[in-house]
Amino acid sequence: MKKWLLILTCLLLPLAAGAQEDDIDMEAYLFGHIADSYEWHICTINEKEIAIPLPCIIIENGVHVFTLHNMAEHGYSMNADGKIINASTGERPFWDISITKNVCGLMIDSILLVVLILLCARWYRKHDVLKETPTGIAALLEPVIVMIQDDVIKDAVGPEYKKYTPYLLTAFFFILINNLMGIIPIFPGGANITGNIAVTLVLALFTFFMVNLFGNKHYYKDIFWPEVPLFLKAIPVMPVIEIIGMFTKPFSLMIRLFANILAGHIMILSTIAVVFLTAKLGAVLNGSLTVVAVLFGIFLDCLELLVAFIQAYVFTMLSSVFIGLAHQTPEKH
Amino acid sequence: MSLITPEFGLIFWMVIIFGAVFFVLAKFGFPIITKMVDERNEHISSSLRAADEAQKKLDAMAQEQARMVEETRLEQSRILKEASEAREQIISQAKEDASAEAAKILEHAKAEIAVERESAIRDIRKQVALISVEVAEKIVRKDLDKSDGQISMIDRMVDEASKAQLN
Repeated sequence: MKKWLLILTCLLLPLAAGAQEDDIDMEAYLFGHIADSYEWHICTINEKEIAIPLPCIIIENGVHVFTLHNMAEHGYSMNADGKIINASTGERPFWDISITKNVCGLMIDSILLVVLILLCARWYRKHDVLKETPTGIAALLEPVIVMIQDDVIKDAVGPEYKKYTPYLLTAFFFILINNLMGIIPIFPGGANITGNIAVTLVLALFTFFMVNLFGNKHYYKDIFWPEVPLFLKAIPVMPVIEIIGMFTKPFSLMIRLFANILAGHIMILSTIAVVFLTAKLGAVLNGSLTVVAVLFGIFLDCLELLVAFIQAYVFTMLSSVFIGLAHQTPEKH
Repeated sequence: MSLITPEFGLIFWMVIIFGAVFFVLAKFGFPIITKMVDERNEHISSSLRAADEAQKKLDAMAQEQARMVEETRLEQSRILKEASEAREQIISQAKEDASAEAAKILEHAKAEIAVERESAIRDIRKQVALISVEVAEKIVRKDLDKSDGQISMIDRMVDEASKAQLN
């Protein structure tokens, strides 16, 4: 997606040159865009890479802070996966807490989100809601907040929903803004954040703790001593299944968000790649396929907008349902 | 591939960033917004309830008013009816009284007349008797020979006397 700029530049320079070049390395092309990296690559003009350098931070016998350019001076090099390794031992340092492209994107998106929500909250502090209808940012966000709270959280969590509303709303808006920023092709956006398993893992873990730390007695009784025939509990078949279930729920959340957003990025990148892959097939074929690829890219972008919202919605809804399940009260027989 | 192996550095930062975002938004962001929205919803529903009650009261008052108008109308027609009945009654009563009074007066007059006539007749009788006695005296004292002439004269004198007495 962020490829729009790249297409333009690439279309301008190497139409002739492209014919002589080898096939585009699709793997490098795709992974260059969906994987994390130690700098924020923007474009390549005349073989010259334009990228924002980001600080690499390694804690290994002291703190090492450097950029990719002076990596060697600090005794580090890069492996085939594009990760920093210790140049002498060839091992991956454990405490590699570099501000990578995804971390940088996360920070930008988070600041944006916090500013948006706090501006909205500020509106409510400054105005009397009983006398005025929301304007500006509050008018934009209020319907979404109310929709998520009333239609998703209230219905799924049950009577204790108020306690969980801040977390679920935060998760929803966090995922939504990162999804949307991922669709924007150039600098502040374009990082494949919610399509990175580490990010979705943390989100799923938060939900896991939200579910299990505040589960009620009934929830834990159902896990460890469910109402099933005794032989299913004596040899703990059901408890084992239930305990696995505790983990599969957030695991499904993690995989679903990760796979959906990653797939979206790959689909769009592949569509755009058609432009370059067909470059050597001649001007006519290349030109017509470019039109097709661009039109299809527009369609996919619209689809991804939808997916960005749906995935945030689904994550929030399923988290709400899991939290609601941990707060059920036993049915009276 | 590194795609499905979570990177420690990213997890580390993600926990910090998401934790910070969660903390800030959960403390200063969403609770304020949701509280205000709830407040407004509460206000709207209570206003609707109040409006509903006011409408009900208004309806009740309109009904009460209609009832009162109806009552007044009935009262008015009742009073009118009573008044006309009273008038009829007074008139007929007056008529009755008047005729009774008239009858009484008539009765009284008749009785008086009868009494008067009685006494007049008695008077006349007495006069006639006296006159007869006088006439007889005169006749006796004067000439009692011409019987025919005397009798007619007596008759004539009696007539005259009774006439004079009556008048």
